Amino acid sequence: MNKDETAALGGFRSSRAWRKTKENLAYVLFLAAALTCILAVLLICIFLFINGIPAMNKIGFFSFLGGTKWAPNNVPASYGIFPMILGSIYITAGAIVIGVPIGILTAVFMARFCPRKIYFPLKSAVDLLAGIPSVVYGFFGLVVLVPLVMDGCKFFGIKSPGTSIFTASILLGIMILPTIIGVSEAAIRAVPESYYEGALALGATHERSVFFSVVPAAKSGIMAGVVLGVGRAIGETMAVILVAGNQPRIPTDLFHGARTLTANIVMEMGYASDLHREALIATGVVLFVFILIINLLFSLLKRRGEE
Amino acid sequence: MNDVKEAKRSKGKRGLLSWVLFILVIAAAFITFAVLIFLIAYILIQGVPHLRPSLFAFKYTSDNVSMMPAIINTLFITLVSLLMAVPLGIGAAIYLVEYAKRGNKLVNLVRITAETLSGIPSIVYGLFGMLFFVINLKLGLSVLSGSLTLAIMILPLIMRTTEEALKAVPDSFREGSFGLGAGRVRTIFRIVLPSAVPGILAGVILAIGRIVGETAALMYTAGTVTKIAGNLSAPGRTLAYHMYNLSGEGLHTNEAYATAVVLLVVVVLINFLSGMVAKALAKN
Repeated sequence: MNKDETAALGGFRSSRAWRKTKENLAYVLFLAAALTCILAVLLICIFLFINGIPAMNKIGFFSFLGGTKWAPNNVPASYGIFPMILGSIYITAGAIVIGVPIGILTAVFMARFCPRKIYFPLKSAVDLLAGIPSVVYGFFGLVVLVPLVMDGCKFFGIKSPGTSIFTASILLGIMILPTIIGVSEAAIRAVPESYYEGALALGATHERSVFFSVVPAAKSGIMAGVVLGVGRAIGETMAVILVAGNQPRIPTDLFHGARTLTANIVMEMGYASDLHREALIATGVVLFVFILIINLLFSLLKRRGEE
Repeated sequence: MNDVKEAKRSKGKRGLLSWVLFILVIAAAFITFAVLIFLIAYILIQGVPHLRPSLFAFKYTSDNVSMMPAIINTLFITLVSLLMAVPLGIGAAIYLVEYAKRGNKLVNLVRITAETLSGIPSIVYGLFGMLFFVINLKLGLSVLSGSLTLAIMILPLIMRTTEEALKAVPDSFREGSFGLGAGRVRTIFRIVLPSAVPGILAGVILAIGRIVGETAALMYTAGTVTKIAGNLSAPGRTLAYHMYNLSGEGLHTNEAYATAVVLLVVVVLINFLSGMVAKALAKN
């Protein structure tokens, strides 16, 4: 018997104790790691609300949310973010109008029409679409879409600077495609095959079976995808700034600029101070509340889709 | 017999509605992939000719808007963020899969908060990072503040992919290990984690993609300084912000194209890598 083994035998009891502490220690560490998510959400809520709510009180809750004039440099300054709320809503709505039909139809293609051989490359292409940084999308919008919209408007005799709600909607419509495609495709694939076969057996064509039997059954999942897309669109920042024009006034028409909540924060945070700065943080709080509502809606829909 | 013939015939004969639906589906798919190909081709064709060696000089000047400092800062921030988020994300996933009992209330809460985190837009992370790390913890505009912010941002992604990877490890592996007398910790580190490595890696690669493309969360946490950040407490801009700055100014469009090429190549490479890893996982 060499020395090590004797030591090992002698230390058997303590090694068992050590093993138990080790197990407990690991448990505590893993548990702590799992709790960081909860801690992070709590910290984000606390810090945003603590820093944002006072400004809302100082400005007045309704004149902040409902005020139509954003002029932080005026004397007296006015901090109404209603134009930005409208800007965010209009641009998101535009992105939905463009992105949702194309996204859902592409998801149907991926799940039900796509030849097996090209499925993998196409799936990677959708992933790539999701992976392209938003600033690259924004730049693409700036150098391709903005001149295109300007020329198109000139052709039809509409006055437009090119940077507009319309341009931002197209760009965001493209950017939310992978989100909508991913979630919708999964939802369509989750529909039992018998739905499709049943419709076929009743004499429906492939297209009719897919659209009138399979897709309606995947409704909740597809809606969840759309809601997630709304969340992406409303939170998008860098791409929108480059193509939306960013004028802080009530948006007038489709072919003129608007400023979103996100753009408002990024553009002015760099030099803002005092109440102006607090008002920008409060803008972030409004955005955050929008996102929380959207998230809640998403998880409700997803749960319903799973049932 | 007649019925079967009838059915076959009607299957061959598509009505108008079926044709319209078919064309819509094909058109939508075509648009999606055409947009992607056009975007990539356009940026590459416009940008590659502008990739001059001087753009990779180690010093940024207003004449030569070199992207090298930004590239180095991006690598730095990526590394620090991963160092923080990967152990936490894997640890959290281990707790959820290996320890927590089914229907545990805490597990539900962790899931809900992780889902909330992944839905929060990057500008909100940026605001939070500024308020908490930069101001409250007095870390200042620095690589550390930026990395901490990004670590929270990518945490849910790493947690979710690790969770999937751990769930894919067959229970017989664990049972075998327990049967041989190994404890829980030993089983996790020696048996479960090694078999889950490809899945975890795919998640980490995706997280790198998120970090490299991030702009809004870093502007007010890591700062916008053009120099190479020498240490954790120094500020520095990343490549994505560098590109935003160039394209916003309108003075350096050519350089912006070149930067876009670099970003795009990195992202394509990352996607390709993660796809390969996932494929390797599927084969196992």
